[in-house]
Amino acid sequence: MNTRSLFLAGISFCLTVATTGCARKTAQAAAPAPAFGAAIVESSGGKQIGSTGAALPQPLVVQVNDEQGNAVTGAAVSLHGPAGVSFDPASGVTDSSGQLTTNVTLGEMAGRYQIVASTTTKAQKRVDLKVEEIALDYQRRFGQLLDDKYCSRCHNPESTPERVSNFDNLEVKPHAFTEGETLNKMSDADLMAIISHGGPALNKSPIMPPYGYTLTKTEMQALIAYIRTISDPPYQAPGMVYAEK
Amino acid sequence: MQSSNPSPPSLWTKLFGDPLRAFGVVSVVLLVLLAIAPAKNFFSEWRHYQKGYLRMIRTRGDAVTLQRHFQGGIQQIWHPDLGVVDRCTSCHVGLKEASLTDVSIQPYRKHPVIPHNMEQYGCVMCHRGQGAATTVEEAHSSTLAWEQPILPARYIESGCGQCHRASMASTPQLNQGRALLARYGCVQCHTIKLPDGGVMQATQDAPSLSHIADKTTREWIFAWLKDPQAYAVSATMPNFKLKDEDIRDISAFLIANSKPVPGDSAPPIASKASDPAAGASLYGESFCASCHAVQNAAGNLVGGNVGPELTRVGTKAKPEWLRAWIRNPRTYDPGTQMPHYRFADQQVATMEGFLLGKADSDFLANVHLDAATPEQIAQGKSLVMEYGCASCHEIAGIKKPENFAPELSRIGSKPVSQLIFLPGMQHTPPDYIAGKIRQPRAFSPGLKMPQYAFTPAQIDMLTTALLAQNDRAQTMPPALSVPAPPASHYRPAGKAGQIMADLACFSCHAINGRGGDMAPDLTWEGSSVQRKWLEDFFRNPGTLRPALIRRMPKFNLTNEEISALSDYIMTVYQTPDFERDSLPDSGYSPTQFEQGRQLFYSKYACQSCHIVDAKADKGYIGPTLTGVGSRLTGAWIYHWLKNPQALRPGTIEPNRNMSDDEAKSLTAFLMTQKGAARKEAKK
Repeated sequence: MNTRSLFLAGISFCLTVATTGCARKTAQAAAPAPAFGAAIVESSGGKQIGSTGAALPQPLVVQVNDEQGNAVTGAAVSLHGPAGVSFDPASGVTDSSGQLTTNVTLGEMAGRYQIVASTTTKAQKRVDLKVEEIALDYQRRFGQLLDDKYCSRCHNPESTPERVSNFDNLEVKPHAFTEGETLNKMSDADLMAIISHGGPALNKSPIMPPYGYTLTKTEMQALIAYIRTISDPPYQAPGMVYAEK
Repeated sequence: MQSSNPSPPSLWTKLFGDPLRAFGVVSVVLLVLLAIAPAKNFFSEWRHYQKGYLRMIRTRGDAVTLQRHFQGGIQQIWHPDLGVVDRCTSCHVGLKEASLTDVSIQPYRKHPVIPHNMEQYGCVMCHRGQGAATTVEEAHSSTLAWEQPILPARYIESGCGQCHRASMASTPQLNQGRALLARYGCVQCHTIKLPDGGVMQATQDAPSLSHIADKTTREWIFAWLKDPQAYAVSATMPNFKLKDEDIRDISAFLIANSKPVPGDSAPPIASKASDPAAGASLYGESFCASCHAVQNAAGNLVGGNVGPELTRVGTKAKPEWLRAWIRNPRTYDPGTQMPHYRFADQQVATMEGFLLGKADSDFLANVHLDAATPEQIAQGKSLVMEYGCASCHEIAGIKKPENFAPELSRIGSKPVSQLIFLPGMQHTPPDYIAGKIRQPRAFSPGLKMPQYAFTPAQIDMLTTALLAQNDRAQTMPPALSVPAPPASHYRPAGKAGQIMADLACFSCHAINGRGGDMAPDLTWEGSSVQRKWLEDFFRNPGTLRPALIRRMPKFNLTNEEISALSDYIMTVYQTPDFERDSLPDSGYSPTQFEQGRQLFYSKYACQSCHIVDAKADKGYIGPTLTGVGSRLTGAWIYHWLKNPQALRPGTIEPNRNMSDDEAKSLTAFLMTQKGAARKEAKK
């Protein structure tokens, strides 16, 4: 009897310790009062060009601010995207600098993906940040390579350490491929004509040389598919924008 | 009484009591069973998806066309020679419909444009999965019986690699993955056999350790082995995660085993105290940064990756060795990719001072080693053999181990049941391969594979390249395989050949298929340039492209050497397609010149990319043409204008499809541009 009561006492003691321990733990975890921001902004990682089904080269970093524009620590942020998009992590609380960093993997269809990062305000109102990312499939990645080799030296006004842009040296300025205002008005046939026969094919400057004897038709089609995908505002072939369902 | 009260009839008697009733019951059961088969077929998944497709296209503008293309029932692509039986198109009905670009729901999406006809090869060839299955689960996931899951889209280029051994412009991930396998020494330990019978070869030989004591100290070896990336962030050497006492023993062995090379250490050069900026400017003028990187204050690497990173070289190299190395690197390492610069003594001293200044005292601060004991040296030797150091490094007295690590020729199709996964890992071949590369020691602490510092993108590249090493690739019909061009072992002959080896021309230039891609291909240089220009260029290499960072360094060649090199290049490196002197260097008519000028500035707008008139023209994509008439031959310019890619495949100058007359006029205009050369001559 004596041993049994001792045993029981031991068990109850253990249980008490365990439960108090647990209680203390939960109390500790809940200790920092949930913080709320008033706005959510993009810190970096938007408008990236990645590959279908693969993680974007840079993570997406969003920041939660209060009414005064100061960073808020500990605010809950959740991320959503169209089907096929995944986040690592998909939700979390902002760190000491008010930021949440997440790795975004895009879906398996080429095009634009709208990603929504949201947080709730003190009044339990949801505020959203919409970020666009672009996924390139096999054909468009090939187009991107061709752009990098043949086109971007003139069509991209930005210089990089590896390559100085020739944009400023040209009498007639070429259109950047992101210039949707202009390029979206041109049909695929127009683009094909100007790439293969040069500027004069559309009564434009001969500074744009013909590439019809240098590139194959498949290559030029890949280039056009790529140009259409990165254009801003988006090219209006139906369904190129995938909004969250 | 009890016996006359019969028990109620059992279920058995009720159903099968008399023959007629039994027959009826059996017939009903049989009917039900017979009905299951058509019902199972009727409710099958693929039928459900085909109905869904028909519902979807009904509302579209081109419904009639789509309807006509649609074929019901199980569809199959069958290629017995390729081992392909694909029923994927039973559910993926819209793969070939060009108008379905906006459909994002599976299984109705259109297939993205690829260079092959899908029906010619089937689906599983690239995507894997079980082609013969007709349910979603069995086709895409691995089951007990069928264990080939669908390949995630980011590794899709591995499909190309099953047939294509050569690097292709459209498969950058596969190309880079294969380059990493060759560069990071993977293939030194793991044999990777290719379907054509060859073996994947390493491209970067790790330095020999047979004379290491001449070059550096035991303390440096210790710190380096502890964490190579702490010395150089771009270090190729992986971290073997060795214990301190093991590193102590290995460093003791390497120093004790090292034999001095005569002449690889030089006494200090009595030099005038040079100003501190001279070193930096000599480093810049010699274009060391074309091959070597240095970490700048912001932590970014600036420079090439042909040679080792030099951020902390002053901590590593012994001054007397560095001096001798700068003077002539071939004394210490006859096969090095570094050119023999032929520096004057003063330049050697300046460069030595500059490089020794790139030191980091913290790197060796905590390394204190006692003198090595014979036991430690013996233990070090056995550790060097255990870890397979000689797989990559030449070490005197230790043979390169054979079959040191598992062969990877078919790793991409290794059955999942034969793989060991970590908890929480997805059980698929790509996840296994990527996991092994990411953290090899996590699979078992006793494994010898070291920890590499690959980025996630690099791991994806390597995984793609390894997935292409599979059963299918090894058994592909030979007619389908596209082999890589055979490796060239071209060596130029005679005195010129010796000079070219000494200057390591092939580190940057390619000739006859051998060499680097940093500088122009020189295979037909003799047809291209004029001898006078070539000699001047050797004497004082200027630049043809103002916007280019990497340039040819000055090698302080003697007149005799210049003349030997020029003779060889002008005689041997000629194209068989045209005669070098078929067009004159000068004497073109003013009419032709004027026509050429018009074509240059108006019709072809060459000034957008090239400069002829240094005051008016601004384009600097192509080389400056101010002195092109004294640099190139007329015949080269003419044939280049006719078809640039024929003379240099892959050049970005577009082929303009010029008529012969136009090309002749432009040649006349360009050959008259002698300006720069005259100015140089005056100077």
